[in-house]
Parts: sequence; C-alpha cells; structure tokens
Amino acid sequence: MVISILHRITGAVLGVGALLLVGVLLSIAAGPGTYEVLRAYISTGLGQLFLILWTLALFLHLFNGVRHLVFDAGFGFGIEATRISGIVVLLATVVFTAAVWFIAWLNYGMQA
Amino acid sequence: MAQFNLPANSVVKPGKTYPAAAGSGRVKKVVVYRYDPDSPENPRTDTYEIDLDTCGPMVLDALIKIKNEIDSTLTFRRSCREGICGSCSMNINGSNTLACIKAIEEIPGDIKVYPLPHMPVIKDLVVDLSRFYEQYASVKPWIKTQGPPPSGRERLQSKDDRERLEGLEECILCACCSTSCPSYWWNSDRYLGPAVLLQAYRWIADSRDEATVERLEELKDAFKLYRCHTIMNCTNTCPKGLNPAKTIAEIKKLTAATGS
Repeated sequence: MVISILHRITGAVLGVGALLLVGVLLSIAAGPGTYEVLRAYISTGLGQLFLILWTLALFLHLFNGVRHLVFDAGFGFGIEATRISGIVVLLATVVFTAAVWFIAWLNYGMQA
Repeated sequence: MAQFNLPANSVVKPGKTYPAAAGSGRVKKVVVYRYDPDSPENPRTDTYEIDLDTCGPMVLDALIKIKNEIDSTLTFRRSCREGICGSCSMNINGSNTLACIKAIEEIPGDIKVYPLPHMPVIKDLVVDLSRFYEQYASVKPWIKTQGPPPSGRERLQSKDDRERLEGLEECILCACCSTSCPSYWWNSDRYLGPAVLLQAYRWIADSRDEATVERLEELKDAFKLYRCHTIMNCTNTCPKGLNPAKTIAEIKKLTAATGS
C-alpha cells in the first residue's frame, strides 16, 4: 500500500518535473544567456536537491511500473512475493539514483 | 471523490473506562468504538479492562464477555464463532479480520476494535452492508446455463475443473477485503470491490457455467473492474487467506483476451 501511494505521488511529481524540463529546454533554445541564469538556480544546494528528488521519483515510478506490468501479466501475487518485489523496487530506486548522481558529480564536479 | 476529513459529527471522542474487577488476574485493555444512532453525541471509544484468566482465547470471546458481564449495550454481529459465517468482520488493531479467529494472544498491548473502515455505521461495530450485497447480486452469483442438464442427472465436473474453484469458493463475503481497499473507499458507488470481483470470477471459472462471455462483457468497465490498481490490501487482509487481487488480475486478462 505504501508503494502504491508513492507511485501516485511520484507520478504527480514527474508531471510537474516534465514541465520544468520543458522550461530547461526552452531556456537552452533561447540562448546561452538565459540558460546561464537557470543554471545558476539549479546549481544551488536546493536546486540539486530538487533534481535528486526528481531522479528518485523517476526511478521509483519506472521500476514500480515494471512491477505493475508483471502484475498485469498475472504473476507475483503472493503476499511474500509482493513484499519482496516492493523491497526490490525501493532498493533499485536508491541504487540507480545514487549511480546517476555519482556519475554526474564524478564527471562534472559537485555543484553546490 | 476522496474525503480526507471526517465530518464534525463523526469525529471520535474518548469515552468511558470500565476498570477491571478487584482481584483480576491477567488484565487486558479492550478499546472499542461506540456509536449510538439514538444519541446526538459523537462516536466515542470506551475502554474495558477484562480478566484474561476468565476469558476465551479470541477477540470475539472478549467482546462477548464485555457484552455479558460489563456493558450489555455493546452491539456487534456474530454467529458461528469459527470463521465460516463472516459476521464478525471488524477492524482489529488496524487490520480487517474476523474477531472469532483473531487470537488475543497475537495482539501486543491494548486491543483496539473498530467497525469496518469507510462504511456507514449503524451502531457500534455494525456497519451497513446493503450496497455490498447489492453489488454481489449484480454479478448474478448462480450457475447460468443454456440447455437442460444431461439426461436427468446433475451437471458433473472433472476433478481438474473442480480444482479451479479452489481459493474462490472459500470466500465467505465478510467484506474485510473490500473495506480495506482505498479504491473501494473512494469509488464504492461504481467499483465492485475485491470480494464481489472474486465472487464474479468464481462463476467465470466454473466449468458448468455457460455465461462466461456475458459475465466478462458485464464486468468490462472502467469503474466496475478497472478501479483495481493492484494495491494488494485485499490479499494482505483476507482472514481466509484467499487472493482477491490475483483473481481480479485473471478477470482483467480474460476481458483483454475477449477483445472489443
């Protein structure tokens, strides 16, 4: 039930995040000057935190989406099986988010 | 539509405490939701201290002891006291279950007893299940056939065909699963809920029934069936150990396979 409600929340977060992503793309399209302004914002600690949360939401929604595909195919319905698949989704989310940010900071340096 | 706050007249207030009699052995507190439709007062939780040395092993035994010895106004449904009638379904320490098969021993600390969640309360632990039963009737829970039975005897089933009804025919319609489902809390006017869908599947899966296509067409609906989002509360709470979520997934697969 916890993951079910998280799936909905992350879905909403990703919806808002997608709009912000369009904003980023628009600022790039508008030229280097506007992008620099935006970059100044997302390079702050708060900006980075939002990006990390967005990455977390993306991976949780992605992996739980796959879990639901398996459910819809009729598999994994035991009480123990759903508990384990839920834990796997949470672990994979944390691991993949950490990996993404590890690579990002390794290549571009920590911004904040 | 989702409702996040209780209406003012439904907010539960602390109620009376009935202390254990002097000389009691092992004392256990039972906190029970009380609502009297004839009183203008809000619902309350009364606390009863009972002596486990003179009480049966199950939560239902505790409730019967309270009704017999402490407070005869306490109202609840019960009948078989062995988990086969489905009358004493209620919310015990946060989980929907049958009071008659829930051991007091399993509960650490106080026992907290509430009616089934998100249902209209008639009195104390008794909720109005009228809509639940109407929904059950709507899936036509009986065998539907086209022709007469084969030459004057009953319709037979192979052992394998009977096997397919395992995990379905054990459902006693206690409503624990349906009333644990957030989707059912929010859309019980249009979503059938896990118990009724499991019952619907019980007839779809029956080899003797000849109305499978008709039944699937009837269920193929954004609300009746597809408000199930595989939250899994139903399977987690079922006191009979059945798997309504799995049967709903089977219905979804079948409706997808029949096309249109």
